[in-house]
Amino acid sequence: MINIDTPEKIEKMKNGLNNLAKGMLRPISRKYDEAEHEYPQELEVFRSMSVMGKKPKKNGDESKSKAKDDGEFKVGQNLGTVVSVEEMCWGDSALLLSLPNAGLGNAAIAAVATEEQLERFGSKWASMAITEPASGSDSGSIQASAELDGDEWVLNGEKIFVTCADRCDVAVVWARVKGVEGSSAIKSFIVEKGTPGFKLEHLEHKLGIRASDTGTFVLNNCRIPKSNLLGGDSDKKKKTEGFKGVMKTFDNTRPMVAAMAVGVARAAIDFTREKMEEAGVKIDYTDNPNNVSSVVKEFYMMEANLEAMRLLTWRAAWMADNEEENTLEASMSKAKAGRYGTLITQKCCELLGPMGFSRKYLAEKWMRDSKIMDIFEGTGQIQHLIIARNILKLTRNELK
Amino acid sequence: MFGFSMSNEQKMVSREVSKLVKGLVADKAHEMDENKEIPEDVIQKAWELGASVSSVPEEFGGHGMEDSPIESIIVLEELAYGDMAFAVAATSPSLFINPVLTMGTEEQKKKYLPLYCKEKFKASTLALNEPHFGSDVMNLKTTAVKNGGSYVINGTKCFVPMADKAGHMLVAASLDGENNLFIVSADNPGVVIGEREKNLGCYALPTFEVEFKDCSVAENDRLGGASGCNYTRFIQKTRVGMAAMAAGIARASYEFAKEYAKGRVQFGEPIVNRQSVAFMLAEMSYEVDSIRLMAQKAASELAAGKDVTRSSYLAKMYAGEMAMKVTDFGVQIMGGHGYIREYPVERYYRNARGISILEGMAIV
Repeated sequence: MINIDTPEKIEKMKNGLNNLAKGMLRPISRKYDEAEHEYPQELEVFRSMSVMGKKPKKNGDESKSKAKDDGEFKVGQNLGTVVSVEEMCWGDSALLLSLPNAGLGNAAIAAVATEEQLERFGSKWASMAITEPASGSDSGSIQASAELDGDEWVLNGEKIFVTCADRCDVAVVWARVKGVEGSSAIKSFIVEKGTPGFKLEHLEHKLGIRASDTGTFVLNNCRIPKSNLLGGDSDKKKKTEGFKGVMKTFDNTRPMVAAMAVGVARAAIDFTREKMEEAGVKIDYTDNPNNVSSVVKEFYMMEANLEAMRLLTWRAAWMADNEEENTLEASMSKAKAGRYGTLITQKCCELLGPMGFSRKYLAEKWMRDSKIMDIFEGTGQIQHLIIARNILKLTRNELK
Repeated sequence: MFGFSMSNEQKMVSREVSKLVKGLVADKAHEMDENKEIPEDVIQKAWELGASVSSVPEEFGGHGMEDSPIESIIVLEELAYGDMAFAVAATSPSLFINPVLTMGTEEQKKKYLPLYCKEKFKASTLALNEPHFGSDVMNLKTTAVKNGGSYVINGTKCFVPMADKAGHMLVAASLDGENNLFIVSADNPGVVIGEREKNLGCYALPTFEVEFKDCSVAENDRLGGASGCNYTRFIQKTRVGMAAMAAGIARASYEFAKEYAKGRVQFGEPIVNRQSVAFMLAEMSYEVDSIRLMAQKAASELAAGKDVTRSSYLAKMYAGEMAMKVTDFGVQIMGGHGYIREYPVERYYRNARGISILEGMAIV
């Protein structure tokens, strides 16, 4: 039945994580934003915590989250993740992305690696390398190639915008298997740092999330063992499962990115509220919204949008936990959160006046950090395209 | 148990109301709007749904069921999806019944509930909104002053649904600076019902300006008696109800515009093939869902007995703003045809404006 009053279990989770964010992330937030690319040593304590590396629950797993009628509410993995991510990003989204062993590649490995690969790479820090100079939103058009030569794959190509490019131990690289046509050619390969022909070419200087190392890899006749094909070579798998399978994981990661946007936006709102209250501005959710001052009305609208962003995100995560098809809802959550998270952080800077333009406070950083959440993991425009095709039952050819 | 999906029972309620509304109103909404009238038998059939009396004890004529804010918002969304004027008309007695039931003294319940929980629809209503600039139901200009064994009410109310037919109305007035509700009989000499109002939307719904001129009300008719009532909580519950209605209107606009756009061919293909149109529809789809989720969140908290000051306020604010945006897009997508009254989107657009402006049109 419908009941979306926040359960106590989740309140407790939030409080605990908020303390963590406040105690460990906020104090070093400005430091690593200024010292772009310097590794946040303070995060080493998180190395064994495997925030991203949790294996998704398989069928028959007893601890599965599906709502049971035993009356006891269990926080599902996806819901738990979006709650955690929101709190951590309230702390610092760039530092969340910099948690050791918590790369996007770790999630991929946890999801599809063979036992043997898990042994070799399970405890390594893994980045995910998909985007290329000419392939951003159109990830199906990547040109990096993989050619089987005896017992090795030979990889060639250039990957950009790779998060954790510098700090990772391995990269999960998407490449097109030579000789195979179409999107079924796209597979993931695990490439270890130090492999000849695999070079970190440079690190980006960014608008925001500066504490997160974003870099470019160049693969030049890079040879890796045949057994580094992620998930192994399986004839049992359907031909197209590779690419589609990875696209499917976006249904789980999109709500996570939406949650990042919720966390950063909330940080900005909380700080703005603090300053408003210090200045004696009354925020009591009572008077006609058109009779309150402009700053209060704008504040209320930001809060309302924040609630909506979060509800869409929790819905998508909850559906994933309950094994309901959630592609539409996942995209809805990212579409809304990405855009409104950006607008909220912009507005907070505006309302804060000079405090919103000064590096003495974190508000300006949150505005810079939030922008990326409407861009990576599928831009807001792509999300709207996915939603539109879904609700209108249009194919990629009918709606471009 | 925490969850986003309807239970089987809730699905059934939703289906039943939707079916009833479709049968009653689908073909008639335009006609009702043009004729500025809702046929009595339509109201009677909607009344028979029992939404306004479901949690009234059987001894007073209700169904004696447990109060369910979630079920209320499901019903309100479906009613408003059919037609907002119809939805307000069908549920306006609940704006009298619900406060009397939840906040009245035993005498008040015994005296008034049976009058309005009969099988046959009998109008009762709420006089809440005020016509001046800056009108705020939490800062009322209508006053009540104690005078011996009665209260004397002075002030002007507007947008009072069915005031001409109501036997009683609840009147919101400020008593010594505190907001209160008073049970006032329509034949009280101090009640002056004006001409039927002409509004931007809900043409089919008769609404009236009502003036209270030294309107004397017995002590016993102050809702809750000498200790008054939780007026704030009452307003908060109406805000949740209105957010649910907004979800219905927005959804109606979205669905109609979507179907139109799928069939409308220009430049050799359906206009949905154009990103500008497709993206508007995409935005409409998630804003409809967001409005509903905001209403569901507040309703869930109500069901848990929690304070809903913040969630009800934000839900109504969001619903008002986004329903206006969605219905605006609905007209826009239909181009010139969206401007013509033969199509419903212009009506949804006019009606949606009421969500932000008015208070007390529905209650959970």
